[in-house]
Amino acid sequence: MARSVTQQRKIINTAAAWAVGLLIFFPILWTILTSFKTEAQAISDPPVFLAFDWTLENYSVVMERSNYMRFLWNSVIIAGGSTLLGILIAIPAAWSMAFVPSKRTKDILLWMLSTKMLPAVGVLYPIYLIFIKMGLLDTRIALVIVLMLINLPIIVWMLYTYFKEIPGEILEAARMDGASLRDEVLYVLTPMAIPGIASTILLNVILAWNEAFWTLNLTAAKAAPLTAFIASYSSPEGLFYAKLSAASTMAIAPILILGWFSQKQLVSGLTFGAVK
Amino acid sequence: MSLKTALCAATALTVMGTTAAIAETITIATVNNGDMIRMQGLTDDFTAKTGHEVEWVTLEENVLRQRVTTDISAKGGSFDIMTIGMYETPIWAKNGWLVSLDDLPAEYDVDDILPAMRGGLSYEGTLYAAPFYGESSMIMYRTDLMEAAGMEMPDAPTWDFVAEAARAMTDKDNEIYGICLRGKAGWGENMAFLTATANAFGARWFDEDWKPQFDSEAWSNTLNFYIDLMNDAGPPGASNNGFNENLSLFQQGKCGMWIDATVAASFVTNPNDSTVADKVGFALAPDTGLGKRSNWLWAWALAIPAGTQKEAAAKEFIQWATSKEYIELVAENEGWANVPPGARTSLYENENYKEVPFAQMTLDSILSADPNNPTVDPVPYVGVQFAAIPEFAGIANQVGQEFSSALAGQQTADEALAKAQALTTDEMEAAGY
Repeated sequence: MARSVTQQRKIINTAAAWAVGLLIFFPILWTILTSFKTEAQAISDPPVFLAFDWTLENYSVVMERSNYMRFLWNSVIIAGGSTLLGILIAIPAAWSMAFVPSKRTKDILLWMLSTKMLPAVGVLYPIYLIFIKMGLLDTRIALVIVLMLINLPIIVWMLYTYFKEIPGEILEAARMDGASLRDEVLYVLTPMAIPGIASTILLNVILAWNEAFWTLNLTAAKAAPLTAFIASYSSPEGLFYAKLSAASTMAIAPILILGWFSQKQLVSGLTFGAVK
Repeated sequence: MSLKTALCAATALTVMGTTAAIAETITIATVNNGDMIRMQGLTDDFTAKTGHEVEWVTLEENVLRQRVTTDISAKGGSFDIMTIGMYETPIWAKNGWLVSLDDLPAEYDVDDILPAMRGGLSYEGTLYAAPFYGESSMIMYRTDLMEAAGMEMPDAPTWDFVAEAARAMTDKDNEIYGICLRGKAGWGENMAFLTATANAFGARWFDEDWKPQFDSEAWSNTLNFYIDLMNDAGPPGASNNGFNENLSLFQQGKCGMWIDATVAASFVTNPNDSTVADKVGFALAPDTGLGKRSNWLWAWALAIPAGTQKEAAAKEFIQWATSKEYIELVAENEGWANVPPGARTSLYENENYKEVPFAQMTLDSILSADPNNPTVDPVPYVGVQFAAIPEFAGIANQVGQEFSSALAGQQTADEALAKAQALTTDEMEAAGY
């Protein structure tokens, strides 16, 4: 029997959800608002919320000073490339762990996750030196590889969780019908796991898009993505908050729009398996 | 000369000419501040003159420092020119990481560079980085509040006068605080200010045997004076305030005095951003009568990492960006108040520049700082607000945390000094001093 919820309770729940949502979104909203202020308004005390002279000056300054499209294109390639490469490697890995587990599968999964516990700066020098030798510094391919490696444990874990929900009997039936391993993964497993794969892709694109340690440390002028674009507007000696906000808004806009349009997919994917 | 020889010679000359004129693309790592952004906007002039293209990597100061240090120590070769400061230059030059700039042509007039800047950017007498602009620190004060307090700011005040004036100007009910000083932890934040202030109080980081001196009376006087003054006349939450926070407070009319980088003068007098633009006066950073003032010395300079494939083009750029002609180019396009200050003597002899209100005080501040003789008692290190040894940044960051927490009231000044002494002793012993 469904639990009865009173009207009053519903209103309280809705209001609480909106309050939490707004609280979480407020820093982004404030950044967007600040991007339309002058530098003086951006630091005024008490702060002005909406009653200011809206200006697009910061955006025109940022567009004039920086080659936004180059940073954007680099971000798209690095985030997209690392995610796709990661998915290609993770699907077979997650398949084997979910459907043909060995005694050590749990240990391997935990070991993979443990690589996330190492502070990135601890391996900065070795990776930097390797990329110098390989001539890969300041290239998009270097960042695609590094970000793929960083996010691979998460991708494998997420896919493993989704695959575990799919009954092994279906795959078994496919095998009995003569499906090869490739057919089984490609035509039976993958279509059934589409919501899970889609949300894994989305989450990893977001993670790769926002990654700021490696993208700042391994790039110079050619492969720098939007994180470097934002960093170029931050200054400890000079109040350029409005311009910094404009640059930040331009950097997060594409991923914000992507997240907005795919939120249904994202939420259903992330809660997949939570309710049995 | 035979025809064959003549032809050979002509071919050789043509090849040489072509090589010299090869247009390169150089990559420059730099910081995000007004002067550097202006330089980026004027790069077309360089390209038109030399044919070389420039790619800019602009980063926030601390990110830049980490980025270029990683690259140069690993010999990554990502950059052809790096923007570095007075702290890095002698250390990196000693390591052999930088190309020397001792072969600049006569028309560049290297002797025109301010001696203090040249000294701080040289190692064993050889210039390794060319100053793009230099700065010191000075007092910026509100002339109206000073007058209301019935006091008059001398050109070269003492700390006692500054403290008295700060307490007299303070009106906490109306959110007016007599003095705004750095409190945010960091070697380039509160420690830049406090190390320079300690110089005026007769304190020093190390004695001549590299023994830390935080247990000295002079350091105790410095830190107690600073904390007492900030408690009486400083803004709330001062332990979180750096340059930008204090700039914001000053521009909104909440600070009676602010002692910070001379570059701030152009911000606080800009009527577009500052509500007190027409009420700002300038004075030298204070002293205590011991012969040293509390001002620092810094330069953002352009240096070429050893091993770059484009050394010739990089040198051409440095000659262009730090030349007298560049200063005139900026003046033509943006006005004399916006030219990069503090690098060349000739700028301060320029009649147009003398009309800029803060020009003379900036020069006087720069000239009164001596990186080779920064303290009352002798020291084994070079640097006014830092000691130019590789260990300094790490140690000063930790000491800065202790001093910042003392300002926040989480411990006493003497406790903070005892911890500073212990941790500095440990670090220096571990480093083999």
